[in-house]
Amino acid sequence: MVENTIKFLLNNKLVNIENLDPNTTVLQYLREEQFKSGTKEGCASGDCGACTVVLAELDTENSGQLKYKSINSCITFVGNLHGKQLITVEDLKDGAKLHHAQQTLVDNHGSQCGFCTPGFVMSSFALHKHNKTPNRAEVLAALAGNLCRCTGYRSIIAAAMTSSEAVAEDSFAQHYQETVAALSELEKLPTPALTGNGHNFIAPKNIDELATALINEPKSTLVAGGTDLALAVTQNLAIIDKLVYLGNVAELTTIKETDTEIIIGAALPYSDFIDTLHHYYPELGEMIERIGAKQVRNTGTLGGNIGNASPIGDMPPALIALGATMTLHVNGQERTILVEDYFVDYKKTVLKTSEFIKSIQIPKPTAGQTLKIYKISKRIDDDISAVLAAFFIEQEVDGKGQKIINIRLAFGGMAAIPKRAPAAEAVLLGKSLSKELVAQAKAALATDFQPMSDVRASDKYRMTVAQNLIEKCYLELQSANARAVIETRVVNYA
Amino acid sequence: MRSLINVEKFAVKKADTLKIQSNTNKSLIDGQKNVGLGGVGRSKKHDSADKHVAGEAIYVDDRPSLRGELHAAVGQSAYAHANIISMDLSAVKAATGVISVITVEDVPGHTDIGPVFPGDPVLAIGKVEFIGQPLFAVAATSFDLARRAVKLAKIDYEELEAVLTVKDALAKQNFVRPPFTMKRGDSDAAIKGATHQLSGEINVGGQEHFYLEGQVSTAEPTEDGGMNIFTSSQHPSEVQKLVAEVLAIPLNKVLVDMRRMGGGFGGKETQAAQWACIAALLANETKRPVKFKLARMDDMIMTGKRHPFENNYTVGFDAQGQIKGINIEVNGNCGYSPDLSDAIVDRAMFHSDNAYYLDQATITGNRCKLNTVSHTAYRGFGGPQGMMTIEMIMDDIARHLGKDPLEIRKINLYGKDDRNVTHYHQTVEHNNLSEIIDSLETSSDYQARRQAITEFNANNTILKKGLSLTPVKFGISFTVQHLNQAGALVHIYTDGTIHLSHGGTEMGQGLNIKVAQIVAEEFQVDVDTIAISSARTDKVPNSSPTAASSGTDLNGKAAQAAAKTIKQRLIDFACEKYQVEAGQVHFENSNVIVGEQSFSFAEFTQLAYMGRVSLSSTGFYKTPKIHFDRATGKGRPFFYYATGAAVSEVIIDTLTGEYKTLRTDILQDVGHSINPAIDIGQIEGAFIQGMGWLTTEELVWNEQGRLLSNNPATYKIPAINDTPADFRVALVPDAPNREHTIYNSKAVGEPPFMLAISVWAALKDAISSINDYKTSPALDTPATPERVLFAVAAVKAQAAAAAK
Repeated sequence: MVENTIKFLLNNKLVNIENLDPNTTVLQYLREEQFKSGTKEGCASGDCGACTVVLAELDTENSGQLKYKSINSCITFVGNLHGKQLITVEDLKDGAKLHHAQQTLVDNHGSQCGFCTPGFVMSSFALHKHNKTPNRAEVLAALAGNLCRCTGYRSIIAAAMTSSEAVAEDSFAQHYQETVAALSELEKLPTPALTGNGHNFIAPKNIDELATALINEPKSTLVAGGTDLALAVTQNLAIIDKLVYLGNVAELTTIKETDTEIIIGAALPYSDFIDTLHHYYPELGEMIERIGAKQVRNTGTLGGNIGNASPIGDMPPALIALGATMTLHVNGQERTILVEDYFVDYKKTVLKTSEFIKSIQIPKPTAGQTLKIYKISKRIDDDISAVLAAFFIEQEVDGKGQKIINIRLAFGGMAAIPKRAPAAEAVLLGKSLSKELVAQAKAALATDFQPMSDVRASDKYRMTVAQNLIEKCYLELQSANARAVIETRVVNYA
Repeated sequence: MRSLINVEKFAVKKADTLKIQSNTNKSLIDGQKNVGLGGVGRSKKHDSADKHVAGEAIYVDDRPSLRGELHAAVGQSAYAHANIISMDLSAVKAATGVISVITVEDVPGHTDIGPVFPGDPVLAIGKVEFIGQPLFAVAATSFDLARRAVKLAKIDYEELEAVLTVKDALAKQNFVRPPFTMKRGDSDAAIKGATHQLSGEINVGGQEHFYLEGQVSTAEPTEDGGMNIFTSSQHPSEVQKLVAEVLAIPLNKVLVDMRRMGGGFGGKETQAAQWACIAALLANETKRPVKFKLARMDDMIMTGKRHPFENNYTVGFDAQGQIKGINIEVNGNCGYSPDLSDAIVDRAMFHSDNAYYLDQATITGNRCKLNTVSHTAYRGFGGPQGMMTIEMIMDDIARHLGKDPLEIRKINLYGKDDRNVTHYHQTVEHNNLSEIIDSLETSSDYQARRQAITEFNANNTILKKGLSLTPVKFGISFTVQHLNQAGALVHIYTDGTIHLSHGGTEMGQGLNIKVAQIVAEEFQVDVDTIAISSARTDKVPNSSPTAASSGTDLNGKAAQAAAKTIKQRLIDFACEKYQVEAGQVHFENSNVIVGEQSFSFAEFTQLAYMGRVSLSSTGFYKTPKIHFDRATGKGRPFFYYATGAAVSEVIIDTLTGEYKTLRTDILQDVGHSINPAIDIGQIEGAFIQGMGWLTTEELVWNEQGRLLSNNPATYKIPAINDTPADFRVALVPDAPNREHTIYNSKAVGEPPFMLAISVWAALKDAISSINDYKTSPALDTPATPERVLFAVAAVKAQAAAAAK
């Protein structure tokens, strides 16, 4: 059963949206339909955070609990709001009294021109909803997606680090149970849809509904977080005719573990699986913390990052290096392939009509395996990689020392698709690592790739860095075996 | 009246008493002596702070739509240089929602809106000179429909040869304004006669302003053919003049209202006007209100940036490293039109000395014309680009002589009584830089950290650390003399509340609260009783742009003058009514004391009103002492200098070129601070913005002249993690400006921007360590990881060659 309405809480008020173009972003909706101008448009591309709002949603892991997530309203379509509570900067004041997240910014002189400020307030609000005493690292992680051009950030960091423990319960805490109850009611509603300006949106609730929707409308555009797709609308003025939202599909939004694998639903946001991956592969977890920013990781998904087949997505090379697989689904039929085999050419994949990515399976590590990941970008936070290198190395100790018995060197940003380096791998496979061997592998890499020059980096830089990362990996492996560990990464310096 | 400041006691305290940690900024802020109820010297919060955090501060785009409001967009040139053969706009006109389409043919008045010199057509006239130049304008019923409609135009061009590099412009002598030289003595002979000679060159990149609020204006037609303009502009009076000129109506029919900007940084000094003019033209055509808001990418493509520069030098110096003679050539990439480039390249020339005595000097500045967007004002206004050369020279000399660059910087500082005349013949007075540097060297533990870093670098093969201390001396005043004036208007109402207007614009820098503090100080009333509203051209006319760090200096004095006028009337009234001497009338603690009687300020204004005293006054100020004769290159262009210094420590990765700034210590002289919290905010913000300019903010144009870094996904300003974890900012204590500025304060908007040069020099220091500090690495800016890696490779190659 499908009902043509999107229902959500606008702060505490139940709102129905009908007859609105589903290409409308939450930011446009707030400013133009609700006449709420506190949320600002800085870039309309999810890069500056001025439009940050907070969504509260029922926590599937802990029933009766809410999760508060900061998101970029400029690249979120209105249909995605269904079943959630939308909180904007206007909702934080309690009568005349500023919220902790607001008052601390005032007290620390953390606003100058004030245009980015509502976004910082909302990111800080979301942070404090789950962490009343955040440390500096946690503050930086929560606010990395908010740009300020005036303050230089010190005052903003000081404000966000101010403990909210002693602060009286805010209005959201006071209305907590009501909100949970209201959202639980919304969960029971039929499958929501939205039609406006002749364009359609539907949010299937389970995998069968999704498969059927795609069989019926094979030209539908799948949207999960929409962090990339929405740019087509806001930047290139594209109009998407039929949107199918994956975020409500139960089977696509779970994470499961078996003895040998981690199985991640294609439409599960990064922030919901980062901890698990960090546990098994610390360097992968650290890299994910540098994908987009908090707002992007709260909505962006693994399926989306792979699905759009961008040559600069950060997850595909990591998954290729890990030998991860993905399960594809079409009309009840499923197949599982290596992530590595998914990419055909620039933005071209093996995905068939009506087929979608259901899940990604990542093998758990075993003894002797190492995963090294390097993300190279101009800016450390919230930047697209010039080069992303992911090295999976399995070594066996025999009488003569360590020998590489399995190796996958995968790169992003080096070719039209994320890709392994067969020549460099061939040099290393079956050998014991040495300085000379690394030099040979670096030379071989030059035959594996002919990278491009673009706005982010020159071809020469990309190749030089890619080669040097093999050397760095070697030095780090040496260092790990040595007694005195040498620092090799500037990102480890606070 | 007690004297607020004892100028004789000017002295920089001993270094150990200046040691102020970043974490104690708060105590510094709170600890400032409250010199009066009005609160000059107090860290009052920004007057809009509560509104900022609540989402209640209204920017132009947040204003409620006016009845019938339309939205504008413009068609953009696809070529860098071309004649327009024809424009077929039929599909644009027929597009959904389009109400009006105009070209330059439809402009009733002036078609050129160049701010100083002609050259900036409001809409293209027969030819285009950069990719993105506005060709025609559309008014439609929504922002979205307007943006869609402009894409439907069919334009035929005849492509012309484009000049897209500074080298090409120099070869062709393609200039927007004639070259200019400042000269003192015989530099060629001095260089030749010196013990050592060096030469070099550097490319200094430009910078996108990236104000968080993009360009936006709303034009509302009024009766009598007039126009009300709500705009995000640093220069309302110029917007008023240009709107009047394009519409061919007198200035008194145009009202410009500017409540606040979401950042300006110079990007809204001249280049906000075009969008206001286009909105006004469309509003005039349709007789409906028109809003023109630039989408971020359009803003980045269609508005000018900080000028990229390509500079070179030849220097002669003695065995100690002291400069004896120097030739510097600065070549500014001005883009296609003059805009403010004449004054910007002048300022680059004025600051080619930074803090150092150049002795025999020849400084030449070229204003290169390229087929890119017209570059414009940006915090520092050419000064930063000028300083880069001399700071590079300091490092080059140091490496050549095997000395610490700090030693070379110190030995070349301007003297107090001699070696104190600039290459434009202004005497550097009240120079406190050697004290500032000594103090900072001690408080930042420079020497101990220098040793620790050398040791770290010896023990680490991949990561290297670098350290650098650089000073800033920045000239304060518009170098165009007539701009150094300001007006203000103060009203006192019968309940004792005060309304304040001045010619300056609030872009986040805290100008309004500072000026309100000054007025509050004058009347000794609570600053919260003073309302500050929009800068409006009908309240304060003929205002200068809020630029050149001059906002508080000029408008603060003007507002003080207005307040003093009213205050004198109140004193005269008191004397007459209560038969007392003027000396028996005091303003204290929100009261007026008249002889033995005391009235609340509100009561007394009520009495004055009943006594028919005018409670409203204008005020005016013009900066004294300044003059400059461009024909001889001599004069005193600056009323005074703002000074400061920074020490930055960085770490770099020699395999990838990645880096981080680990710690920065700043000591800045802001004179007697009117508001320490606001000043510290300006210093921190300017430093980080400067660091972005020199590190990650890379403007990339392709071979056709198209800007590729045209959105925040490809153009990276500093994010929160880029702020040094250890960031210590201090103000020089007890340092009233010895020139008679407002409350002896000093300007703060621009000077600390250039303290970020310490980060660039520290990166070079780290790279230099690879060859045992024998090489001065060439490092163009922005010093992206890519540039750092290639500089590392070059130094490694030199080290290897030397080892053979």
